[in-house]
Amino acid sequence: MIDVDLSLVNWSRAQFALTAMYHWIFVPLTLGLSVLCAMFESIYVRTGEEKWKVLTRFWMTLFGINFAIGVATGIILEFEFGTNWSNYSWMVGDIFGAPLAVEGIFAFFLEATFFAVMFFGWERVSKKFHLFSTWMVAFGSNLSALWILVANAWMQYPTGMAFNPETARFEMENFWAVLFSPVAMSKFTHATSSGFVLASLFVVAISSWYLLKNRHIELAKKSIMVASVFGLLASAYVGFTGDEAAFEDAQKQPMKLAAFEGLYKGQQSADLVVLGMINTEKEPDDDQSPFHYAIKIPGLLSLLANRDPDSFVPGIDDLVYGNSTQKVMGVAEKMKLGQQAVANLASFKQARQEKDDAAASAALTQFSTNKEFLGYGYLSKPEEAVPSVSIAFYSFHIMVILGTFFPALFLAFLYFTIKGTIAKQRWLLPFGLLSFFLGHVAQQTGWILAEVGRQPWAIQGLLPVKMATTNLGAGNVQATFFMFLAVFTLLLLAEIKIMVKQIAIGPEGLQNDLKS
Amino acid sequence: MISNLDYGTLQHIWWILCSVVGSLFLFLTFVQGGNTLLWQMAKNDAENALIINSLGRKWELTFTTLVLFGGALFAAFPKFYATSFGGAYWVWMLILFTFILQAVSFEFRKKPGNLLGAKTYEFFLLINGTVGVLLIGAAVGTFFTGSNFSLNAYNQVTWTHPLRGLEAAFSLFNLSMGLFLVFNARVLGAMYLLNNIDFTAMNGFEARLRKAVWINFLCALPFLLYLLVSLLMMQGFSVDATGVVSMVANKYLQNLLAMPMVLCLLLVGLILVVLAVFGTVFKAGTKGIWLAGLGTVFVGLALFFTAGFNHTPFYPSKADLQSSLTIINASSSRYTLMAMTYVALGIPFVLAYVAYVWSQMDSRKLTAHEIATEEGY
Ligand code: HDD
Ligand code: HEM
Ligand code: HEM
Repeated sequence: MIDVDLSLVNWSRAQFALTAMYHWIFVPLTLGLSVLCAMFESIYVRTGEEKWKVLTRFWMTLFGINFAIGVATGIILEFEFGTNWSNYSWMVGDIFGAPLAVEGIFAFFLEATFFAVMFFGWERVSKKFHLFSTWMVAFGSNLSALWILVANAWMQYPTGMAFNPETARFEMENFWAVLFSPVAMSKFTHATSSGFVLASLFVVAISSWYLLKNRHIELAKKSIMVASVFGLLASAYVGFTGDEAAFEDAQKQPMKLAAFEGLYKGQQSADLVVLGMINTEKEPDDDQSPFHYAIKIPGLLSLLANRDPDSFVPGIDDLVYGNSTQKVMGVAEKMKLGQQAVANLASFKQARQEKDDAAASAALTQFSTNKEFLGYGYLSKPEEAVPSVSIAFYSFHIMVILGTFFPALFLAFLYFTIKGTIAKQRWLLPFGLLSFFLGHVAQQTGWILAEVGRQPWAIQGLLPVKMATTNLGAGNVQATFFMFLAVFTLLLLAEIKIMVKQIAIGPEGLQNDLKS
Repeated sequence: MISNLDYGTLQHIWWILCSVVGSLFLFLTFVQGGNTLLWQMAKNDAENALIINSLGRKWELTFTTLVLFGGALFAAFPKFYATSFGGAYWVWMLILFTFILQAVSFEFRKKPGNLLGAKTYEFFLLINGTVGVLLIGAAVGTFFTGSNFSLNAYNQVTWTHPLRGLEAAFSLFNLSMGLFLVFNARVLGAMYLLNNIDFTAMNGFEARLRKAVWINFLCALPFLLYLLVSLLMMQGFSVDATGVVSMVANKYLQNLLAMPMVLCLLLVGLILVVLAVFGTVFKAGTKGIWLAGLGTVFVGLALFFTAGFNHTPFYPSKADLQSSLTIINASSSRYTLMAMTYVALGIPFVLAYVAYVWSQMDSRKLTAHEIATEEGY
C-alpha cells in the first residue's frame, strides 16, 4: 500500500467539505422552491388569475438564479470522487457509481429538459404542458436528491454488497438493498423535507421584507399563505424524519450518536442533553466530565435511540474499549481482527501471484473469518475511531433547536395571515427575514453532523478516509482548494447581488421590463 | 433476458453505451462552439442576444450529458474513473472549472447587479468553448497515445508525470484532436444558430454564420487529416488473450479493418459532416446541424470503438504497459453491469421526451422580438 500523507488527506477532506457545503447552499432551495413554484403555478392555472402568474414568474426568476449556481457547484462534486477519492472510487465504484449514473439518466435529464420549458416556454407550449413541465422540474430535482442520498446513505451504512478478495474491492449483490436501505430512506425524506422548509423560509423572508417596506403587499400575503402552510407541514415532517435519522444512527452508527450526545459512559435509561457546553479537554476513558454544564431530560435518549426508555445506550468508552456485560465489542478488539484480515489478504494476494493455490485458499479461509473487520485493520489506535465530539454535539443541537423554532414561526405567520393582520405584525416580520439565514445554518450543521460524525470512515467500518484518497502531492489539492474557494465565493457574491437586485426590482418591475 | 447475458457481453454493451453518451456529448458541444462564435458573429446587441438565448436554451443538455458521461463511466468502468480522474488531475480540474464558469454565465450575464459585468461572463463562455473543448480533446487523444501512470497490486494509481495529465496537451496528436474538436464545435455551433434563429430583418447576420461554417470547416480539415493519417500509421496498444499488453504496428488500422462496421461509421460520419457543410454553405440549407450532428456522433462512436474493442486497451499507459486499462479489467462486477443494463432500458424513454420537448420548443424560430418581450437571458 502507498504511504499515507496526512496533510494530503486533510486537504482532500477540506476540499470536499468546501465544495459540498457550497453546493448545499443552493440545492435545498432548489428542492423546495421548485415545488413551491409548481404550487403557485397550479393555483394560477386553476384560477386563471393573472396575479398568480405574476407571482409565479417572480419566484421562478429567483429560482432560476439559484438553479444556475447549484448546477455549477454540482458538477465538480461528481468528478471529485474520481479526482480526490480515487481509491475509494475504485474499491466501491460498483455500488456507489450506480446511483450516480441513475441520477444522471433519470433525474438530471428531467431537470435540464423541462427547465427550458419552464423558463422559455410560456408562449411556446400550452398552459397545461407548461404546468406539467414545472412539476417535472420539481420532481426531477427531488429525484436527484433521492439518488445522491442513496449513495451517501450507503457510505453511512454499507449494505447489499460483499468484499471480493480477488479484486480487493466491494461489489454489489443487491441493488434493492442499496436503494431501500432504511438509512437511505430516512436521509432522503429528511433532506428533501428540510429543503422544503428552507424554501418556505425564503419565501416568507422576502415577503416579510416587502411587508416591512410596504411594497407588493398582495403578492407578499399570497406568498406567505402558501409558504407557511407548506413550511409548517414540511417542518413537522422534518422533525419526524429527524427522529428517524437519529434512531438509525443509534442502530447503525452508534459512535456518531454517542458523539453528538457527548455520551462517554454508556447508560441504562440514558439522558438526553438538551443544552450543554462541551468540555474540550475530555479524552475517552479519563475521569473528566464531558460537559461544563448540561441540561438533561432523564431517559429520553434511550427512548429516542432504541424506542425503549429503559434500554442501554453505549457511550464512546464502551465503543472504543468494549463492554462485555452489554456485549459491545470495542474498537481495540476489532482492530486486532482487522489487522489479521489485512495480513491474510496480503498473503492471499502473494499466493495468487506465486500461483500457489493451496496457500491462497488457506489464506482466504482465514481471511473470511475476519473480513468484516478489515477496515479496522488500517486504524492506528482505537481512539482514532472517535469523531470530533464538540463539532458533532454543537451541530446536532443547533439543528434541533432551529428545528423546533421553525414550525412555531410558520404557525405564527399562518395565524396572522388568516386573521388578515400579518402586515401589521412589525415585531414578527424581522424574524421572518432572519429565519432564512437560520434555515441555512440548520442545513449546514445537519450535514456537518452527518459527515463529521462519520469520521474517520469514508465508508462506515470498512474504509477509513485516509485509505480512500488519491495519491497526489498535497500541493495540488491545496491549489485546487484555493481555486474553488475563490471561484465559488466570487460566484456566490455575484448571485447574492443579483438576487437582492431582483428582489428590489420586484414582481411588477419584472412585468414592466417585459412589456417595455 | 438481461440476466442471462454473460460478463463479456455486458462489458461490450457498456462500452457501447458510454461511447453513445460520449459521442452525443461531442454533438452537443455545438453549445461550446456557439459560445466561441459570440464575439465574432454578433455585431450588435440584438444579434448578441439572439446567440446567447439560442444557446441558452440548450446548454443544460450538453452539461447534463457530460455529467452523465462521468456517471456512466463511474458505474461501468470504475477503474478508469479512478485512474484517469485521480491521475490526470489537472486536465480534469481545468475542464471542470471551465464548465463551472459557463454554468452561471447564461443566467447571470444580463441580470442587473451581476458584479462582474456582461463582458466577463461572455469571456467565461469563450474560455469554456476553447480551453474546455481543447482539453477534452486532448484527454480523448490519450485513448490512443497513452498516459503516464502505473497501478499497484491494489490498483492504486501513481502518475509518473509532474504535470498530472496536462502533459497530454503537449503531444501533437492530442493537440490536433483538441483543435479539431474546437473547430468542429464551431461548425456545429454556427449550423445550430442558422437553424434556430429567425433572420428576418437581420442584416448580414445569416451570411456571417454561413461563412463561419465554411471557415471553421477549413480550419478543422488539416487537423482531421493529420489525425486520420496518424491514427492509421501509428503504433497502437494491444492486449492478448492472457491480458499481456504490447505495442503493435498499425494497431488502429488493423482494428478498423477487423471491424468493417466501425470503418463504415467513420466514413459515413465524415461524409455526413462534409455534406452538411456543403449544403449549408452552398445551398443555403438550415438543417445542416442534424446531418453534421449525426456525422459527429458516428465519428465519435468510431473513435471510441477503435479505442476499446478488438483487444485494445482503451486507456493505455505508456509508463507501464501492463497497467493499461481494458474494458475487461476496468469494468464493474457482472451484477452491477446487469443491474445497470436494466436501468439503461429507460434511456430510449429519456431520449424520446428530450426530443419531444426539443421539437415543441423549437417549432418556431427565435426572434429578436420574443427575447425583448418574453423571458430571456
Ligand atoms: C432545515 C434544516 C433542518 C432541520 C430544521 C433539521 N434537520 Fe436534521 N438534517 C438536515 C436538515 C435539518 C440535513 C441538512 O438535511 C441533514 C444532513 C444529512 C441529511 O441527510 O440531512 C440532516 C441530518 C440529520 C441527522 C444526521 C443523519 C446522519 O447520521 O447522517 C440527524 C440525527 C438529524 N438530522 C436529526 C434532526 C432532528 C431530530 C431535527 C429536529 C427537528 C432536525 N434534524 C431538524
Ligand atoms: C451537499 C451536502 C453535503 C455536505 C454539506 C457535506 C459535507 C461534508 C463535510 C463537512 C465533509 C468533511 C468531513 C471531514 O472530513 O471531517 C465531507 C466529506 C465527504 N463527503 Fe460529504 N457532504 C455532503 C453531501 C455528501 C454526499 C451526498 C456524499 C456522497 C454521495 C458525500 C460524500 C463525502 C465524501 C466522499 C467525503 C470525503 C471523505 C470524508 O471526509 O469522509 N457528501 N462532506
Ligand atoms: C445531499 C446531497 C445532494 C443533493 C440533494 C443534490 C441535489 C442536486 C440538485 C437538486 C441539483 C440541481 C441543481 C441545483 O439546482 O442545485 C444538483 C446539481 C448537481 N449535483 Fe447535486 N446534490 C447533492 C450533492 C451532490 C453530490 C455529492 C454530487 C456528486 C456526485 C452532486 C452532483 C451534482 C451535479 C453533477 C449537478 C449538476 C447536474 C446537472 O443538472 O446537470 N450533488 N444536485
